[in-house]
Amino acid sequence: MPTITYIEFDGKRHPIEVPAGKSVMQGAVDNNVPGIDADCGGECACATCHVYIDAAWLDRIGLPPAGSQEATMLSFAAVTRPDSRLSCQIKVSDALDGLIVRMPEGQH
Amino acid sequence: MDQTILIAGAGHAGGSAAAMLRQLGWRGPITLIGQEPVPPYQRPPLSKAWLTGEESADSVALRPFAFYAASQIDLRLGTRVTGIDRVARTAALSDGEVLAYDILILALGARPRRLAVPGAELAGVLELRSIADADRLKASIRPRARIAIVGGGYLGLEVAASARALDAHVAIIEREDRVLARVASPLLSDFFQSRHRARGVRIETGVETAAIEGCGGHASGVRLGDGRLIACDSVLAAIGAVPDDEIARAAGLSCENGIIVDLAARTDDPAIFAIGDCTRRPVPLYARMVRLESVPNALEQARQAAGLICGKPPPAPEVPWFWSDQYDLRLQIAGLPSDATEVAVRGDIAAGSFALFHLTADGTVQAVEAVNAAAEFMGGRRIILRRKQLARARIENVSVSMHELAA
Repeated sequence: MPTITYIEFDGKRHPIEVPAGKSVMQGAVDNNVPGIDADCGGECACATCHVYIDAAWLDRIGLPPAGSQEATMLSFAAVTRPDSRLSCQIKVSDALDGLIVRMPEGQH
Repeated sequence: MDQTILIAGAGHAGGSAAAMLRQLGWRGPITLIGQEPVPPYQRPPLSKAWLTGEESADSVALRPFAFYAASQIDLRLGTRVTGIDRVARTAALSDGEVLAYDILILALGARPRRLAVPGAELAGVLELRSIADADRLKASIRPRARIAIVGGGYLGLEVAASARALDAHVAIIEREDRVLARVASPLLSDFFQSRHRARGVRIETGVETAAIEGCGGHASGVRLGDGRLIACDSVLAAIGAVPDDEIARAAGLSCENGIIVDLAARTDDPAIFAIGDCTRRPVPLYARMVRLESVPNALEQARQAAGLICGKPPPAPEVPWFWSDQYDLRLQIAGLPSDATEVAVRGDIAAGSFALFHLTADGTVQAVEAVNAAAEFMGGRRIILRRKQLARARIENVSVSMHELAA
């Protein structure tokens, strides 16, 4: 099963096995990882599952298409960076085994 | 941090509060009491993807079932709190047990308002709150089946959209002169009304539901106040919800159509918090008390309560918000248009991508209703939070970006 490492803003690491097919957000929520709120439950309606993709993974994960719902929501989220993604929009697959994402200071 | 926390109600608010307390490091016992036989789940899909068969009990669950035992949350299902003894700090359960608490969190929810007309007790008259309700509704929505929905609020409209996706015949009966009368502006009501009609939904407004007619004990039609009959195979009563605040009232807590709480979700008993649909809460941006039935509100109050209990600084106040999905339309509303006198239209209503900005007399943006307009929603939330004043012409000028407006 792919392992995703979630790193809280204070540096605490949470390596979690997440089944392929779930979203990166769901992997955090299912394991109660602090720092990903996901208020809307994965509908891309709230921008509270914001993460920064580790530099080594950014090419493979990619950025949301310009003009997409995700890109628009992100551009107004708190503390957005060029490596920002909404984790509800990233589907876990075997190819993402080892992925590292970091959480911003807050989601609200 | 070794006190006993009892959470009465295992909906979105109660379930989230339990999880947040553990996230924030609470080590003491947590007992979570739910009336339904299933662990906490998300209700929004029940009027949408659940009906169209795209969701399951697992996919709507807030957390996997194993999470509760692994997190030492004592999840008790199929029972509910029936009474509170505030002096003894105990709660009586419907199964006869009495549990002691140091801190009690009331997350009691709301229940569908019952139709008070002759025939409301007939088989085939449905409501929608729980998974069990959604399963009954789903069974009655089939191609060419006729469903009459009493009440043109968000729930009614979302079910109408789902039923049309399944090729059922849908009629909506609304006593006000427009759908969404209590919860949206007239322009937005007009828009949704025309989109639903274009998809084949019959909408009758400004008419009372006089009775449900039956045949062999099963609903067969809705008799309108003007005498007409809308024949149908089933009826959904979607006429709002009433807060489940009875046990709080019986325990002497201040209630007024909802349990009165402060910005940290405290009731007037320091040992008792209340969160979610069952509460009436302050919203400082609007200087008033409101009862909000929404997932974001349930989560904000769960954060307030869990934060205070765990000794964290209070979370920053949020702008109330809400979303609804119907057909290919994503509606997102930020704010409460309580004192708005003017509306600015940004975008093209006919094209189905627009936002309505509601302004007070001095140009302060109070609320934004955004349809397929994520930038307007997100930017609008920021503008409302900052109490920004904007000229109507500037909002309506789409060559000024939302980033500029929100800056």
